[in-house]
Amino acid sequence: MLKVAAALIPGIATYTYFFGVGVLVQIGLATVAALATEAFCLRLRNYPIKPFVTDGSAIVTAWLMALSFPPLAPWWMITLAAIMSIALAKHMYGGLGQNTFNPAMVGFAIMIVSFPAQMSHWAAPLGLAPQSLDAAAQLQWIFTGHLPAGLNFDAVASATPLDTVKTQLMQHTNMLTILHEKLFGGIGGIGTEWITAAYLLGGLYLLQQKLIPWIVPVTFLAVLGGMAGIFWLVDPQHYTSPLFHWFSGAAMLGAFFIVTDPVTSPTTPLGRMIFAGLIGLLTYLIRVFGGYPDGVAFAVLILNLAAPFIDQYTQPSVFGHKNRKKAGAKA
Amino acid sequence: MNARAEVSKVIFPFHGGVHPPEHKDESSQTPIAAMPVPRQLVVPLHQSIGNIAKALVAVGDTVLKGQMIAEADGTVSAAVHAPTSGRVVAVGPTLVPHPSGLPEHCVTIESDGEDRWIERNRFDWRNAEGRIIRDYLRDMGVVGLGGAVFPSHLKIGGARDGLDTLVINAAECEPYITCDDLLMRERAAQVVEGIKIVQHLLQARQVLVGIEDNKPQAAQAMREALKNAAINFPADVVVVPTLYPSGGAKQLIKLLTNIEVPSGVRSTDLGVQCFNVATIYTIYRALEHAEPVISRVVTITGNVQRPGNVDALIGTPIADLLAFAGDKPGSQAYIYGGPMMGFELPGTSLGLSKAGNCIIAKNGALFPEKPVEMPCIRCGKCADACPAELQPMDLYWFGKSKNFGKAQERNLFDCIECGACAYVCPSNIQLVDYFRFSKSEIWAAEKAKKAADQARERHEFRQFREEREKREKAERAAAKAAARTEASGGNVAEAADAERAAKIKAAMERAAAKKVEAAAAQTASDSVTPIDPDAVSVPMGQAAIAPTSNEAPQAVESAAPALDPEKAERIRAAMEKRAAEKAAAEAMSPEEKAAKEAEKKAKIAAAMERAAAKKAGQAAQQQPGE
Amino acid sequence: MLLAFVLALGIMAALALLLGAVLGWAAIRYKVDEDPLVDKIDAILPQTQCGQCGFPGCKPYATAIAGDEADINRCPPGGEDGIRKLADLLGKEFKPLNAENGEEKPKSLAVVDEAVCIGCTLCVQACPVDAIVGAAKHVHTVVSSECTGCELCVAPCPVDCIDIVPVGETVTSWKWRYPVIPLTPVKVAA
Ligand code: SF4
Ligand code: SF4
Ligand code: SF4
Ligand code: SF4
Ligand code: SF4
Repeated sequence: MLKVAAALIPGIATYTYFFGVGVLVQIGLATVAALATEAFCLRLRNYPIKPFVTDGSAIVTAWLMALSFPPLAPWWMITLAAIMSIALAKHMYGGLGQNTFNPAMVGFAIMIVSFPAQMSHWAAPLGLAPQSLDAAAQLQWIFTGHLPAGLNFDAVASATPLDTVKTQLMQHTNMLTILHEKLFGGIGGIGTEWITAAYLLGGLYLLQQKLIPWIVPVTFLAVLGGMAGIFWLVDPQHYTSPLFHWFSGAAMLGAFFIVTDPVTSPTTPLGRMIFAGLIGLLTYLIRVFGGYPDGVAFAVLILNLAAPFIDQYTQPSVFGHKNRKKAGAKA
Repeated sequence: MNARAEVSKVIFPFHGGVHPPEHKDESSQTPIAAMPVPRQLVVPLHQSIGNIAKALVAVGDTVLKGQMIAEADGTVSAAVHAPTSGRVVAVGPTLVPHPSGLPEHCVTIESDGEDRWIERNRFDWRNAEGRIIRDYLRDMGVVGLGGAVFPSHLKIGGARDGLDTLVINAAECEPYITCDDLLMRERAAQVVEGIKIVQHLLQARQVLVGIEDNKPQAAQAMREALKNAAINFPADVVVVPTLYPSGGAKQLIKLLTNIEVPSGVRSTDLGVQCFNVATIYTIYRALEHAEPVISRVVTITGNVQRPGNVDALIGTPIADLLAFAGDKPGSQAYIYGGPMMGFELPGTSLGLSKAGNCIIAKNGALFPEKPVEMPCIRCGKCADACPAELQPMDLYWFGKSKNFGKAQERNLFDCIECGACAYVCPSNIQLVDYFRFSKSEIWAAEKAKKAADQARERHEFRQFREEREKREKAERAAAKAAARTEASGGNVAEAADAERAAKIKAAMERAAAKKVEAAAAQTASDSVTPIDPDAVSVPMGQAAIAPTSNEAPQAVESAAPALDPEKAERIRAAMEKRAAEKAAAEAMSPEEKAAKEAEKKAKIAAAMERAAAKKAGQAAQQQPGE
Repeated sequence: MLLAFVLALGIMAALALLLGAVLGWAAIRYKVDEDPLVDKIDAILPQTQCGQCGFPGCKPYATAIAGDEADINRCPPGGEDGIRKLADLLGKEFKPLNAENGEEKPKSLAVVDEAVCIGCTLCVQACPVDAIVGAAKHVHTVVSSECTGCELCVAPCPVDCIDIVPVGETVTSWKWRYPVIPLTPVKVAA
């Protein structure tokens, strides 16, 4: 688990570079809240604290959630989300290994449903806004909700690329016009594309370490890209390219760090493939046709629910129980 | 001589597998050492799958080396022999190498130091029938020495039109163990002779010897021996990659032939048979030298001064073996078998069994303590490692929640308990322990179910029989009555009926009276009173099967319709009596108890006397007739 | 407006009919032939046939349970496990074993002290599963594989030569234990 956390570091560093120290503040808050809740719950349940707190699973949950949050979200939101994800989504289900839903995504989903406005308070990435916030101003905003005199939040805020595409399309703007806005970079949004690339790097490290099954990210990205590709080829005026979908929002983070969460996904090879594929499909549908700009979190939660069924119906054939031909081919 | 065709050397990998540190070099550097005959040998009698062998010797007997001391009991069983000459000093339950730590039947022999063989005659197996050869092997105690101790005679024969492939299992995939390696290096020629015998017996069309690639010397030795031997069938050594558990019979068969043997199917039916290389060696010794299985090569390694392989007699106490290899201080436990599938010995006084391929002295440096077991995070690593292609985390979950039916549904019985899953589990879950637990629970439940079904069946049959007897008697009585009616006209029949009814009534009254009497007698005998012979004789008078007077059969016959309620009554009475007894026993002081004991003895004595008297009386009665 | 209302009603009615038909067909098509309740109950009872439940054997007790004439907690050989299974089957509350019927004991077997047996055959008649063999006036013996340990043969024996001995665990009957999980709640030092 600590290796998973390590794999997130390039992403965090890039994120911080583009969006400021707010990111680190969110991560710090989430980590402290998650660990405290974890220890508290273990204590309540009379479990030994040390092996569970040190195994890093709470830290990874906290980091993943913090990375899905807007960097300038108020402090109490991330704290509340961390507490809920650990207490509600994890310990209420029986603790490590027993939870049905991905705790990080539960925390995020509760917040985006409850506080949609605050959850879309994204600061503009580096160099995009007319004014930018220094570290002190970011801290002040997160903890007090006020900005230093003379600063207006609207002046520093910006919607995410996915959000922008969505709202603009609703106003019947042509895709090419949208993509010419300065928010967008070569493939995704400015900054976002580098951050997602950094997640990809971390993901490759995880693959190399054999910590995640390759089939999951590959299927997820393939289906997401495939869906995007089909629509894009048919009507590039209204749909964005696969590359855009891969390199914006939580696609990369999801592919390597969220969809791969072992506890809440099926365990059979075929089941994992189906699971990841369906998440890819749902993510695309929610992004393009749903009410929320990004769909990874909801897609993951919905499929979490289906994981036991997928497992049930994808039991691999056991040694000696399959027909001989298949065995030969497989070997 | 050189009719050897090329055999296929393609390898068909099995799913999963792990590669733990091998630790083989420690014990494979020195040649096999001969272990001196120990002072005392503890020979377990349960040395094969199936029935425990029946002891043929008693305490005080002298035995010769190779003498059969216990014979096979039934087909699935194998004989046990005296490993050396000496005197039997104990026969009975003794600690055996088994994870339960429970005692089982053993013969303890004190050696006389002479190591004198029993007379041996070479068995002319070439001209013997298959059945005779199988019996011979059973009586020579030949069992699978790879650890499963399956009686070898059961694996020979069965394939009527010959076998496609005979697989010789020399993979020895478990870490630490090197006994087969050394056996092949030093006795390859004899192993090949054994292969020739088994090939002949099974009429195998080809022979493949599977050896892991970490034993090049053994592979080389076997290749040369095969080349030098006059064999007229295709045979070759196939070197397989070192990957645990390639030495599992099913895995090796898959590796060499691509045939997957499901659980519950005999590999013979699929055209393959697998023998451990050490077993092959003992088959050779048995058939060509009339030597029963009384010794084996065993690896002693781990925390000892001179790790290596020892040719030791079966029954050699583990402590002697350890002393021979130089036991070092600091061993926490001794593992019997390999580190993956073996178990910790319950003691070191117990004797080596045929299954014992390895003894590892375990210390903290070699076997660091396992970290605490964490919850399963469903990472799937165990499924990736499982050679049986199971989903161990699901089986674990079902086993843990005692949902055995589900576990069975998910093919729990295909698990070969190799331990690969537990080895890779990042949560340090001892998965195999759960599988063993589930399996033995399922077996126990099946046994209980069978017993219950049997009891139900027997009970129902008994009821049916009682019913039938009752009916037959009624029919007989009716026939008699009819005969009488015919003889003496119609109105007599009514009279006869009335007479019979009266008789039945009388008999029933008598029975009731007797029951009251019996109850009284029972209470009398239950309370602490001087012995009353009548109290005993009344229930005896009730005995229907031992009629002594003329009247008894009648009583039974006529009382028959009342049998069922009577039986219920009897059960109830028995229960009451037991309750009363219990109460009485509880209320009794020690002196009273002693008194009751004495009374019981007196009662028994009286009954016996009476029985004797009766017998004498009967004899006397019979004599005049003669 | 009215038309729409009627139409909606009509559609609902048609749907209801259709679904009802499907359900009815399925109920017939996939009908499972259920064991009569008595057999199901009897299958749970241990078949010791000891009569401790107050009935002359397991089957009569099963019949009584099925007829709601007897409680489910009267069979000592079945123990708590058996009561739990009965409770599950019948959808009843679990109750502890009725102490009046006896207590749960380890599995036992009857053993005849052959030096003492006088061959009276009384035990043969008492044994509900014909587990005792022997002819009149000859020593009797218990076929241990068939004995259920019901103790019914003990009382009739005039010379008290039948002992009920608990069946101990042997290497063959030994079961792997439930693995000890070191993870179980630890008292946390404050
Ligand atoms: S390896 Fe261990 S933690 Fe992973 S799925 Fe298997 S049992 Fe669970
Ligand atoms: S012990 Fe059983 S479940 Fe585990 S890896 Fe071996 S065969 Fe598979
Ligand atoms: S108490 Fe005895 S007779 Fe009654 S159900 Fe239980 S085992 Fe059967
Ligand atoms: S032998 Fe005795 S204890 Fe065993 S079943 Fe028969 S009556 Fe019951
Ligand atoms: S009742 Fe007792 S004495 Fe009579 S046959 Fe049975 S064991 Fe022997």
